Amino acid sequence: MSNQIISNSIWKQNAGLVQILGMCPVLVVSSNIVNGVSLGLATSLVMLVSGAAIAAIRQFVPNELRSPIFILIIAALVTVVDLLFNAYAHGLYVVLGIFIPLITTNCIVLARAEAFASKNSVWDSALDGFFMGIGLTLVLAVLGGMRELVGKGTLLSGIDLVFGPTAQAWTIHIIPADMHYQFLLAILPPGAFIGLGLLIAVKTALDKRLEAKAGRLAHAVASH
Amino acid sequence: MKTMFANGVRGAGTLFLFAVVFTALMAGTYQLTRKKVLFNEEKAKAALIAQVLPAKSFDNNLLKGAKLLSAEDGKAMGNDGDSYVYLAKKAGKTEAAVFEATAPDGYAGKIKLLVGVAKDGQVLGVRVVAHKETPGLGDYIDVAKSSWIEQFKGRELTPQNADFWKVKKDGGGFDYMAGATISPRAVTAAVKRVLEYVAKQPQLFL
Repeated sequence: MSNQIISNSIWKQNAGLVQILGMCPVLVVSSNIVNGVSLGLATSLVMLVSGAAIAAIRQFVPNELRSPIFILIIAALVTVVDLLFNAYAHGLYVVLGIFIPLITTNCIVLARAEAFASKNSVWDSALDGFFMGIGLTLVLAVLGGMRELVGKGTLLSGIDLVFGPTAQAWTIHIIPADMHYQFLLAILPPGAFIGLGLLIAVKTALDKRLEAKAGRLAHAVASH
Repeated sequence: MKTMFANGVRGAGTLFLFAVVFTALMAGTYQLTRKKVLFNEEKAKAALIAQVLPAKSFDNNLLKGAKLLSAEDGKAMGNDGDSYVYLAKKAGKTEAAVFEATAPDGYAGKIKLLVGVAKDGQVLGVRVVAHKETPGLGDYIDVAKSSWIEQFKGRELTPQNADFWKVKKDGGGFDYMAGATISPRAVTAAVKRVLEYVAKQPQLFL
């Protein structure tokens, strides 16, 4: 069951490429890897805890009060995560700004709470929530990497906000900094839409290929 | 009717209980992190103020040495709300002052600045603290995007060079990047306003 949950969350029902939920933060925050992965991990944390919390109290929630109570729980947890970010990762907090509180409105969180956590055990819900978040984080990482590379010619810029000023040396400048390279389309929202579209296309193509391979195997087995 | 009422009361009670528990969780976290958050904000502010002053030119705690300006002085700086000036002292004597100023006429809104002025009226440094200028166009006023703002360093305002304090496009002496003139124009005017204020307040440096 656990493996199924994990593979479902990361590939078959990926939040960003299949369910296509929570697009607002995905499109804005994916302008570089560091921002994207940070918000993705924050979302994963929220989904882990909210999934577990909602699964834990699911017997006490009357059916007609599902929505307000789930939203209450999610909003409270996001507030806690926001306060923790402000205290322990201030540089990142300032960069991500309003997108941390906006995790509350991320459809993925409420959707999984409603579709999964309210009907499954605490452990399964925690797993599902966390790996849905990880699936989203992977999309943000790849999209962030693409946009950063094409838009600014760097990778991991801004990592000093997470690991301190010494980490500035970890930023990889694929295109040398003194060339002042910038491709604005990739950095602004239209680039995010285009990038995401390309990723969905690649995933669909990969899926078709895997299906065809499985089909040939099944055919080969059947005809013996 | 009775069971509907009973259900309603039970539902309200459940909601209330959840609200109490989770509000307590939020309040608790807030309390626990309050000190660290305030410390972080002070640190960020102090680091920013220190950027407009030459290193090692002061030995006091800049935030503790903050003076609140009067309402009309604050308006002269372009600020609404409280306006502070941070006095940088060495061995007890005021060597420089860092002003919070605002340029109200940025392209997309107000631009908040810190302007460091030495006691001889020279600009020690300017930094944009907050702005809404267009990314890739007007945002070069931010030191993170370009070193445009460094050209204010070392400049001063004299009765003779008032016309110099405009961007080159308007006949002045300050560089700007083509295609985005409104942002640098606003910043230049704001810095000029700060220098005009300083010229009228020699007692600031006593």
